[in-house]
Amino acid sequence: MKRRWTLYDPRLAWMLVAPVLLLLIFFLVLPIAVMAGYTFFTFVTAGVETSALTTANWHEFLTDSYYSGFLLKTLRVGAITAALCGVLGYFPAYFIWATTFRHKWLLLLLLIVPFWISFTIRTFSWINILGEQGVINVALLKLGIINEPLPMLYNEGAVILGMLHFLLPYMILNVYVSLESIDRTLISAARSMGCTSAQAFREVTLPLSLPGLAAGLLLCFVLAAGSYVTPQLLGSGRDALFGNLIYDTIMGELNWPMGATLSIVLFIVLGLFAAVYTRYMGMSQIVKGLGG
Amino acid sequence: MRETRRKQEGRWAWRLTGFVTVCVYIFMFAPIVATVILSFNASMFGGFPMTGFSLQWYGKLMANEAVLAAFRTSLWIALVTAIVTTAIGVTTAFALVRFDFRGKQALSTLVILPALVPETILGVGLLVLIKAVDQPRTMLLLVLGHILLAVPYVVLIAQARMIGIRRVYEEAALSLGASRFSSFREITLPLLIPAVVGGALLAFTISFDNTSASLFWRPAGVETMPTQILSMLKISISPEINALGTVMILVTVGIPLIGGLVLQSLTKLRRRGEPKEETQ
Repeated sequence: MKRRWTLYDPRLAWMLVAPVLLLLIFFLVLPIAVMAGYTFFTFVTAGVETSALTTANWHEFLTDSYYSGFLLKTLRVGAITAALCGVLGYFPAYFIWATTFRHKWLLLLLLIVPFWISFTIRTFSWINILGEQGVINVALLKLGIINEPLPMLYNEGAVILGMLHFLLPYMILNVYVSLESIDRTLISAARSMGCTSAQAFREVTLPLSLPGLAAGLLLCFVLAAGSYVTPQLLGSGRDALFGNLIYDTIMGELNWPMGATLSIVLFIVLGLFAAVYTRYMGMSQIVKGLGG
Repeated sequence: MRETRRKQEGRWAWRLTGFVTVCVYIFMFAPIVATVILSFNASMFGGFPMTGFSLQWYGKLMANEAVLAAFRTSLWIALVTAIVTTAIGVTTAFALVRFDFRGKQALSTLVILPALVPETILGVGLLVLIKAVDQPRTMLLLVLGHILLAVPYVVLIAQARMIGIRRVYEEAALSLGASRFSSFREITLPLLIPAVVGGALLAFTISFDNTSASLFWRPAGVETMPTQILSMLKISISPEINALGTVMILVTVGIPLIGGLVLQSLTKLRRRGEPKEETQ
């Protein structure tokens, strides 16, 4: 016997979410599950592996300092990038929030415009600034300050700069969203009780904007640690990060089991950071930051 | 005395904030501006100093068959991605906001994961799955992958807008005898239009711009615009790339800006038609 359909029937809801749900299962959940299984496959030779189960890949990863070195470097670069984003991103976010400038929307729009510009183009455009024929070197040479172009490209600094460039808008928008949700009467109240503006900032505004800052830090850290294109374009071979290692292992060496192992490692490590974050902060701030 | 010193301090802090803000904006746009300027450089090398104004690199670009093919490929993929993602993303957001069902919380977390998991991991994962079931990399796979990457953003945007639309409007239509589908089409969808357009534009740019995942997923021999740029950069940095960058900036910044303007004038027109709009 068929049950009657109610107004907000769960069965209808499932039908509505079915396409997205299927996509998520077949393109996100299942791939990661299969990849986890693949880490136990045996590598024979480039592009060939057998399903004989082995822990050799994990053993190699855990004992070879080559891999742990890569992981540590990636985490370090990600942490430096996120911290710089936090420091440099807070000022503009606060400025946009506090300014009495009438065309505030323009400042916000300018932050969103970079999201529309191709990421590859934004990254390689730094070559025009830092390269041997870039703005800085040519200007300094013309002025006679230096005799030879400074080598500013293809090092870790350039990679961090490039990542900073694409991550700053994320950070600024995240902090701005949380500043915007602060009840401004709280600050007036603090001021009327005799706080200086610096005290009011330290005691009221800053603590209340910390969730946005934390969400921004997590987002910047995860995106920086998972990046592939920026080290590829702005770094030398020595500045490769974990993402590049994964790509080379799979597309270059065709060592699929090891590539799967490395991917799962990165997934687990970044997942742990995200889990610690959500444990204390919850998901809602990230949702606000992404959709904001 | 102390009072004035404190005020001074506050002013300096505010000036510092303004100064850093200006620096950050310069930092964000200087490389882009440099690229656009260099695309008109007559010099043979992709760099400063400027030796004269020239459009030759744009001419070269228009004659570059590989670039044009990659541009067409990316355009098609982005269009399909935008349409499909918007359709399935909006229905999902509708279900997540209006309905109560078991696993709703889990689904709304799952749906934003593609935006948080690094693309390299998503890229490898899908390839491993394809390899495990012995399937080739196809165009369909690439498009579905792009849809996966764009879905979180469309759902979040549509959800945010959906929450602001009160369900009584739909229920009124239903009680007056409208079908489920027509109440959605006549009431909910028009109120959702800003989210639909915004989501579609974002999905378009996400797909058009995607690099890392596309490197893994593209079928053999197929280049999308970003992967084409990447392979051009591996050979040499010619001014042609600056010209290509400028064209891309015009396309990807122009489309959302025009879309936004059209949207704004549309809502203005509609506002004029209705005495008062109440969506919040």
